[in-house]
Amino acid sequence: MSATTATARRRRGVRNGPAGPLFVAPFMALFVLLFLAPLGYAAYLSLYRTRLIGGTAFAGLRNYATAVSDPLLLRGVLRMAAFFVVQVPVMLVLALLFALALDSGLLRLARVVRLGIFAPYAVPSVVATLMWGYLYGPDYGPFAQLSRDVGVPVPQFLGRDWVLGSLANVVTWEFVGYNMIILYAALRSVPPDLYEAAAVDGAGAWRIAWSVKLPALRPALLLTLVFSVIGSFQLFNEPQLLQPLAPTVIDSAYTPNLYAYTLAFTGQNVNYAAAVSFLLGLVIVIVSYAVLLTANRRRAA
Amino acid sequence: MTARRSTPLTIAMLAVLAYFLLPLFWLVVASTKSTQDLFTTFGLWFSRAPQLVHNVRATVTYDDGVFLRWLLNTLLYAVGSAVGAALLATAAGYGFAKFRFRGSGAAFNLVLGAIMVPTTALAIPTYLLFAKVELVNTPWAIILPSLVSPFGLYLMRIYAQDAVPDSLIEAARIDGAGELRIFVRIALRLLAPGLVTVVLFTLVATWNNYFLPLIMLNDPELYPVTVGLAAWYSQSVSGGAGANTDLIAFVLTGSTLSVVPLVVAFLLLQRYWQSGLAAGGVKQ
Repeated sequence: MSATTATARRRRGVRNGPAGPLFVAPFMALFVLLFLAPLGYAAYLSLYRTRLIGGTAFAGLRNYATAVSDPLLLRGVLRMAAFFVVQVPVMLVLALLFALALDSGLLRLARVVRLGIFAPYAVPSVVATLMWGYLYGPDYGPFAQLSRDVGVPVPQFLGRDWVLGSLANVVTWEFVGYNMIILYAALRSVPPDLYEAAAVDGAGAWRIAWSVKLPALRPALLLTLVFSVIGSFQLFNEPQLLQPLAPTVIDSAYTPNLYAYTLAFTGQNVNYAAAVSFLLGLVIVIVSYAVLLTANRRRAA
Repeated sequence: MTARRSTPLTIAMLAVLAYFLLPLFWLVVASTKSTQDLFTTFGLWFSRAPQLVHNVRATVTYDDGVFLRWLLNTLLYAVGSAVGAALLATAAGYGFAKFRFRGSGAAFNLVLGAIMVPTTALAIPTYLLFAKVELVNTPWAIILPSLVSPFGLYLMRIYAQDAVPDSLIEAARIDGAGELRIFVRIALRLLAPGLVTVVLFTLVATWNNYFLPLIMLNDPELYPVTVGLAAWYSQSVSGGAGANTDLIAFVLTGSTLSVVPLVVAFLLLQRYWQSGLAAGGVKQ
């Protein structure tokens, strides 16, 4: 919608009056109470420090100074950054390929394929992780059973070298279908005469995918990318649940979120946990905006 | 588009499909086995003595039927949050889309900015705040935070913009209908598909929620299925004398039982989540 029609519509249909604020008020009230208030409370708590003697004392930004030089936290953030750089592109490229395949019209059983790939999204991440944990298992996991039958060494999916990849596999399994559906829906909304025009101009299927479909997918891809940033930096369920299977590899600071949880509930250090939560939120918001800005700048160039 | 079908592409996509469905097949197969068969028979096929019914009965009666309690809790939390969140988001989305008032732009942008704030980064602060007002370890600790869905509001605002024609509202006003009446009698009906989409997404989010109930609830009677299954799981793997291997079968059967309703709901309500995802992905 262009700016001028928006203004025209605003003048004509939209009216001022007390009803608008009343419709919005319940949501906004809860938003303030349940979103802004915890955020504010966390900010407040993060400025204090509990001491063994003398109770709580104002600490200024010292919790944040500790956090940015805390090797446990930094290691977790770097690990998630590595996870993000590898897992997210793999997941989104797969989702994109599957969406293009579904949209190509060349597929038999397209409906079954689409619903089947999406099905893991309906599986709670707790169940998905427990299930993959059993599948990875060295005793009765099918991979271990097969390798014993064939006579090759049992793969150590939860060993030091493989565990991050194994986690990435669980997350990929859970979310490829969700991203695929978003991209597929965006593809379906491209007007078909665009394809016809391209075909008349002599473009083949690959050429159409590259030059017509990909540009049309940009907003949807951006959305999936931003959601993936948010998702990967707050990874918690999967490592927390796999921890008992790999206690020496997945430590209590394996991801930043797991670290904040450990600080608050095992270490009873709520002030520092609040600072870590706050910083983590900040990192995610900054990375999300960086992704959006880079993508937009590339479009402008 | 084309009538021509490609066999190689179909075969490739069926291989892909196997990767997504085999783990679920394994889970279903595993929930038909005795603990002993789990260890001794091949995982991807049924054993000689399938005992699904026995496993289901053992799972739902274990520990005074605590598993059924967890299922009910999950249902309560998920439905309460989803219906509440969808109604709040719908009313507010309509308000933002069809009315212009002082501060409306700023308020909407504030909520829009909140979409980026990760829910888990908010969970620990919410726990600390709820601990102060003694809301932890109650159902409200799970439902209240799930009522605010910034993404739901964003979706409903976009949806309301087009789904409810201004001329229709104008005509109803000329007929003398009050704003609330217009919303309930006219707009709500037109907004229903969007509303169902938000219900569905909040339902899934609450059904799947683990972090929030994990930190908010101590009482096993209040656990949702996710936290309950994870508790059984950690009891079954905790090494040494404390490990209870019977629980492995309960975890597997319980997992299957908790997945089935959601998969069925998604298959039945396909139209809604697809249109919702389309709205979110295309017009941003």
